[in-house]
Amino acid sequence: MDDISVIAALVEHKPGVLFKVSNLFRRRGFNIENITVGPIETSDLARMTITVKGDEATRDQVVKQLRKLIEVVHVEVLKPESLVQRELALIKVKVDSPETRREIMDYTSIFRGRVVDVSPESMIVEITGTPDKMDAFINLMLKYGIIEIARTGVTALTRGKASITTSYPLMLELGE
Amino acid sequence: MLVVMSGARALMEALKREKVKVVFGIPGGANLPIYDELLNHDVRHVLARHEQCAAHMADGYARASGWAGVCFATSGPGTTNLVTGIANAYMDSSPVIAVTGQVSRPFIGRDAFQETDAIGITAPITKHNIQPSKASEIPLAIRTAFYVATTGRPGPVLIDIPKDVQTEVEEVEFPEKVKIRGYTPYPPIDPQLVHQAVALIANSRKPVILAGGGVKYSNASKGLLELSETLMAPVATSFMGKGAFPEDHPLSIGIVGMHGNPVANKLVQEADLLIGVGFRFSDRTTGKVGEFCSDAKLIHIDIDEAEIGKNKRVDAAIVGDAGEALSMMLKQIREGGFKASEDWGRRLEEVKSQLQAEEEGEGGLKPPAVIKEMRRLLPRNAIVTTEVGQNQMWASLHFKAYMPRTFISSGGLGTMGFGFPAAIGAKVAVPEVPVVDIAGDGSFAMTENSLATSVAENIPVIVVILNNRMLGMVAQWQRLFYDRRYSAVKLDKPDFVKLAEAYGAQGLRPQSLEEFREAFKKALKCDVTTVIDVPIDPEEDVMPMIPPGGGLKDMIEVA
Ligand SMILES: Cc1ncc(C[n+]2csc(CCOP(=O)(O)OP(=O)(O)O)c2C)c(N)n1
Repeated sequence: MDDISVIAALVEHKPGVLFKVSNLFRRRGFNIENITVGPIETSDLARMTITVKGDEATRDQVVKQLRKLIEVVHVEVLKPESLVQRELALIKVKVDSPETRREIMDYTSIFRGRVVDVSPESMIVEITGTPDKMDAFINLMLKYGIIEIARTGVTALTRGKASITTSYPLMLELGE
Repeated sequence: MLVVMSGARALMEALKREKVKVVFGIPGGANLPIYDELLNHDVRHVLARHEQCAAHMADGYARASGWAGVCFATSGPGTTNLVTGIANAYMDSSPVIAVTGQVSRPFIGRDAFQETDAIGITAPITKHNIQPSKASEIPLAIRTAFYVATTGRPGPVLIDIPKDVQTEVEEVEFPEKVKIRGYTPYPPIDPQLVHQAVALIANSRKPVILAGGGVKYSNASKGLLELSETLMAPVATSFMGKGAFPEDHPLSIGIVGMHGNPVANKLVQEADLLIGVGFRFSDRTTGKVGEFCSDAKLIHIDIDEAEIGKNKRVDAAIVGDAGEALSMMLKQIREGGFKASEDWGRRLEEVKSQLQAEEEGEGGLKPPAVIKEMRRLLPRNAIVTTEVGQNQMWASLHFKAYMPRTFISSGGLGTMGFGFPAAIGAKVAVPEVPVVDIAGDGSFAMTENSLATSVAENIPVIVVILNNRMLGMVAQWQRLFYDRRYSAVKLDKPDFVKLAEAYGAQGLRPQSLEEFREAFKKALKCDVTTVIDVPIDPEEDVMPMIPPGGGLKDMIEVA
């Protein structure tokens, strides 16, 4: 059974680090669903959220191989039961009549999305949510004709007080 | 303390702080400032004739000395020539530091003359790599490089220095210590995991220990010996582990794997518990991995947690330094009181004496006889390197290694041409000990130009070519698995005696075992590099072997 795991990694925020991480995945043949990266405001680290498809052994290898990279400071598998996952997509849809426009706007509001651009033949909808929700919305749009989609990939945090940025200094002390 | 100096000088000063006494390399435009600075320092430079050889020399130096080996290359083709040597060091966890020149900062990314993406090319084959962007970053880069290369699971590190960073003059500071937040080389060992492993040992009747290269790197041979004697457990090694356990010890059963010792391959299958120390379940060791010890419990000790469960699921695992893990285990075993099974001891005797009987009666100029003769003539601490192919497997089967760091071979990458430059590196590290490269004709021809280095730099080693005028191992496979259809395996050039002489070395060609003995004695006494070209039967196979895709039980003992 191929499960989806979400891994969070703190990495040095330096040029070339994303290359090393993605090159590692390629070299080891890991199946990465998506990866998102952003700097952490409060430090010189960046946080990666990586979604991996595969069994438990694969996920373990991904984590261990990631930890081997010197530039990777800390890695955690996020607990699936307390995970908040979000993705953002911009979807450009064909519009050929006022009814179509009305329908798309209705769907957009049901999905708590926003219309961010309108032209006589198209609209752009912005939508955020879990990957499932994104897929559902995109499916609904198929019949109107999708011109283009830009998806960011999943980013995620665990619920509650716990955070990998707070557990990381703790790890450091243990390692001493 | 801040001092003002150029990047090149900072590099040399930093290397000296790492106790570097010798560097192997080749100069070029992009590292000229470094080579100019070299003249101001008391560091020996050994001029290689190909950067691949420089990297192998540094690798041989590292494996023989237990400290990092350093090589220098210019940018572009110098760097790409290093790649095989770096990959070789990576696969065998050898601490090689490669310092490459790079085009000046304004040219980077513009496909300038001799620009190559050193960092990109070497990322998958180095433990770490760094491109200092200012002269003042060099000391920390070098400290980091040595720290990372020589600790935990060792491995190569590359430092790529742009030419204008080499000449840039800045205030620099030499750090005493490095702290790298993403790197914990020695994870503390969890006593609970030791406990689990010891419980498995307590329940076993037929334990076998399998030692890998990690035992050598962590200097854990003493602990290994104590564990095996306490448990009365036979010790097999992986190819990389050869030498970790003295092969003349009554509990030694030799190496296990594709061309393993039949005793090892038999007993490993019969074991009810395998204690793997510092080895990585490589396919050459395990054969078909699913069948490997499928009825036994497995304990795996390794410093690299990624090795645990990578190729094989195990019943108990200890992540940490092998020496430390072994002493923690021993303490608990002694407290618990382990009783070895006498039946298992008898079985070991039985299998061993069976094999000895089969082995008698070899003579003539056959590879096993030649290698055994060498063993007799060499002191216990002599160093042997090998090339790749049949020569390597004959060496591993028939050359008994008694100490760590005396058997040096390309296990992971299987690099033809490794043995000779590695022998030169080893000889530089341990000049007082004889160093012999056991070679095949095909392999030696790949790096024979190192004869120039060996002679000019007065680094006398002995090369024994088991010359079958074939790419022998490939020919053996074609013989056994391709219906003797020989494709592109015949060689008959050059004349290695004349070649040796052309370089100012000594060349000898014995025609019998007696002549070989005399030639080898002469080589040992001689203070110039000697090439002994030993003609052998091209049809000779290395046996035993496990056919590709087979498991240990599929071992073929005679062709
Ligand atoms: C650089 C490199 N190229 C190709 C091979 C594939 N290969 C493995 S063994 C072998 C033949 C080795 O021949 P030789 O050095 O004469 O040794 P022998 O097997 O005859 O002892 C070859 C070509 C290799 N291991 N390394």
